[in-house]
Amino acid sequence: MSGITVLDVTKRFNGFTALDDVSVTIPEGSLTALLGPSGSGKSTLLRVIAGLESPDGGKVLIGNEDVTEQPARARGVGMVFQHYAAFKHMTVYDNVAFGLAIRRRPRAEIRDRVHELLELVQLEGLAKRYPAQLSGGQRQRMALARALAVEPGVLLLDEPFGALDARVRKELRAWLRRLHDEVHVTTIIVTHDQEEAMEVAGQIVVLNEGRIEQVGSPRELYDSPANEFVMSFVGPVNRVGETFVRPHDVELSLEPEAGSEEAMVERVVHLGFEVRVELLRADGERLLAQLTQDDVEQLELEPGQIVHVRSSRTKTFA
Amino acid sequence: MGYLSVVVLLPLAALVWSSRAGGLSVFWHEATRPEAVAALKLTLGVAAVCALVNAVAGTAIAWVLVRDRFRGKGIVDSVIDLPFALPTIVAGLTLLALYGPSGPFRVDIVGLIVALLFVTLPFVVRAVQPVLIELDTEMEEAAASLGARPLAIFRRIIFPNLLPAVLSGVALAFARAVGEFGAVVLISGNIPFKTQVSSVYIFGQLQSGNGSGAAAVSVLLLVISLGALLAIGGFRHWRTRHDRV
Amino acid sequence: MSRYVIRFGALGYLALLLLLPVGFVFYRAFDHGFSHAWHAVTTPAAVHALELTLLIAAIAVPANTVFGIVMALALVRGRLPGRGLLNAAVDLPLALSPVVVGLSLVLLYGRGGWLGGLAGHGLKILFAFPGMVLATMFVSLPFVVREVVPVLREIGTEQEQAAETLGAGPFQTFRRITFPAIRWAVAYGVVLTTARAIGEFGAVSAVSGNIEGRTQTLPLYVKAQFDGFDTAGAYASSVVLAMIAIAVVVALRALHPREEAG
Repeated sequence: MSGITVLDVTKRFNGFTALDDVSVTIPEGSLTALLGPSGSGKSTLLRVIAGLESPDGGKVLIGNEDVTEQPARARGVGMVFQHYAAFKHMTVYDNVAFGLAIRRRPRAEIRDRVHELLELVQLEGLAKRYPAQLSGGQRQRMALARALAVEPGVLLLDEPFGALDARVRKELRAWLRRLHDEVHVTTIIVTHDQEEAMEVAGQIVVLNEGRIEQVGSPRELYDSPANEFVMSFVGPVNRVGETFVRPHDVELSLEPEAGSEEAMVERVVHLGFEVRVELLRADGERLLAQLTQDDVEQLELEPGQIVHVRSSRTKTFA
Repeated sequence: MGYLSVVVLLPLAALVWSSRAGGLSVFWHEATRPEAVAALKLTLGVAAVCALVNAVAGTAIAWVLVRDRFRGKGIVDSVIDLPFALPTIVAGLTLLALYGPSGPFRVDIVGLIVALLFVTLPFVVRAVQPVLIELDTEMEEAAASLGARPLAIFRRIIFPNLLPAVLSGVALAFARAVGEFGAVVLISGNIPFKTQVSSVYIFGQLQSGNGSGAAAVSVLLLVISLGALLAIGGFRHWRTRHDRV
Repeated sequence: MSRYVIRFGALGYLALLLLLPVGFVFYRAFDHGFSHAWHAVTTPAAVHALELTLLIAAIAVPANTVFGIVMALALVRGRLPGRGLLNAAVDLPLALSPVVVGLSLVLLYGRGGWLGGLAGHGLKILFAFPGMVLATMFVSLPFVVREVVPVLREIGTEQEQAAETLGAGPFQTFRRITFPAIRWAVAYGVVLTTARAIGEFGAVSAVSGNIEGRTQTLPLYVKAQFDGFDTAGAYASSVVLAMIAIAVVVALRALHPREEAG
């Protein structure tokens, strides 16, 4: 197990700059998310760390060792791919055993290790199946077991749940979190889903257009975003002139209060406990407010009604 | 790479080199001999007919194999490859028996065309089939829901999507028809100006020791082959034009 | 309604074009009885022709298989400049007249050719076994490449990269991951290569010299028997070739569904 240091890494593809002088440190034993929209360079950064892409400039250190010139197979990383990269012609058992077989470990050791891992990822009964006979979630757990089998120093996950449906995705996230608590290997997960990053990771690296926008815990990113991009990427946001405010910091009242402004209720959307109110201000700007069911019942909101709006915890970025 | 050079490129380089070894005038003289010109005209004519018939029949067969349902379709599908597998001389032999001088249908040129149709059958079918399989029926259903009749669906949806594949298959079939030897050598006989095609002419020249005459016409056939491959490359590029970003 | 017209039109066309001639070979071969046909294919010249045909295939097919796999990898995974030209060179034998192929070899290795001197050093290529092998290699070159290239494209590189991160070197990755994924395509290509190698007539006949019992392959033997008015012998040997062809078609059919499931 080892930490990872990325120093001034730049990567270009045919004139497109995927990574622009990126430096970041991934602490040993952490679970870090690389978060960003598509094309932000997050997958490229992961592949540079894995050794599947070589950077045009900069260095990658795993532990204290400079691995920039090493091929992927020598880096001791476990990688899980978005589309599973299951070896279709091998059984689940042989898939998981692959890395050990390559290393010519004794048969008995391989058998014990594979069964231990299949138990860990809850696929004990499916050792003889082929990948085609598994569900997407099972395939991805197999891929994870395969990556873990060689006891990698770091575990790299490239949008591992991207191809799964929403419910399975949620289950696997919680499961991954628990798994990390058990095995404690330094883990990087690439995702474009801010909820996934917040739920799973202890540290989040936000990327945009090949640069790092901010590094911090989920709470730090949400409460004190470094800039407009991070603020709008990690949660919904209203923009009024130069100030930004989260919908749950928009307060509504029937009577005018200090600092409040008038707005008309356009639409009330009930989502269960949460209710979303779409408002139109006198100056023509639209505003979203996030309230609870109780609030809305108290105010008896109806479309067309005039209410008074006050925002707290607003932010401005230079 | 070295293998490719030794097996394919070196002999062809030798061909081109020796065709112009005697100078351009010798090349021109050999290439424009009346017999050579007549053979080339006949070759291009029958190959063109063969390409046309293949375009229609091949597309229809591919259609039947992909969209139709009937018993024994799998066997029909397999039989399409028979001309790839059957030595051409065998095909020539039996077609001669059917269409040759002593056969029941004594028509030389038709026999020639049938022999070429036999050997070129798989090209259009095998080019169109995968494209047709991939062609989303949703597109056709969408067109139907927008009020298109079957003929309009074929003309506006299916045909434009299939055309590049059909043309690729046709180009390959044409090239093969131009160059075919085994299947036509018996039927074509050796009657200059009547049924002698270019490949048979080349072979005759070679046998009678006129290497430069054989080489001159061969270079023309080589150019036609390269042209066909170039066209196929172009059609492939054209077919994937909507898939690129 | 129109669907039935197309169906029966297509099937009728196939029956007339394919089944009638092939059926006719069998009919003519056994016209004079089975023993007559058996006798015709067991003459020393016929047996030698069959042996020679198989021997040439036994050299040309493995050579083209190895080349085909390497070439397909280079075309799909490699980043060579001039890939388009390479592609065209690989396809050329499909589009080129076999007689032109044969002639090219004659001009290269014949008297006055660039490599014509080899004959003086005891390495006789033309009108001998090596020339026939070279001609066969030329015409049957593209099949393995053509079958493997699309499969390599489709499987993509993710599995290979996964193997690499798990510690596999390039050769191990090929042996354990890439090859198993393309093996049915390779097999399909090998069958097509074999069919072409066995059946080739034009190119081989230009370089063979066509000496009975020495440089005569089975297709050449068929033609020679026909020219010598031994039509029964020609048809009997044709049946042998036709049966090989049918075996090829059956093999292709057996391989096809696997390839799709793979």
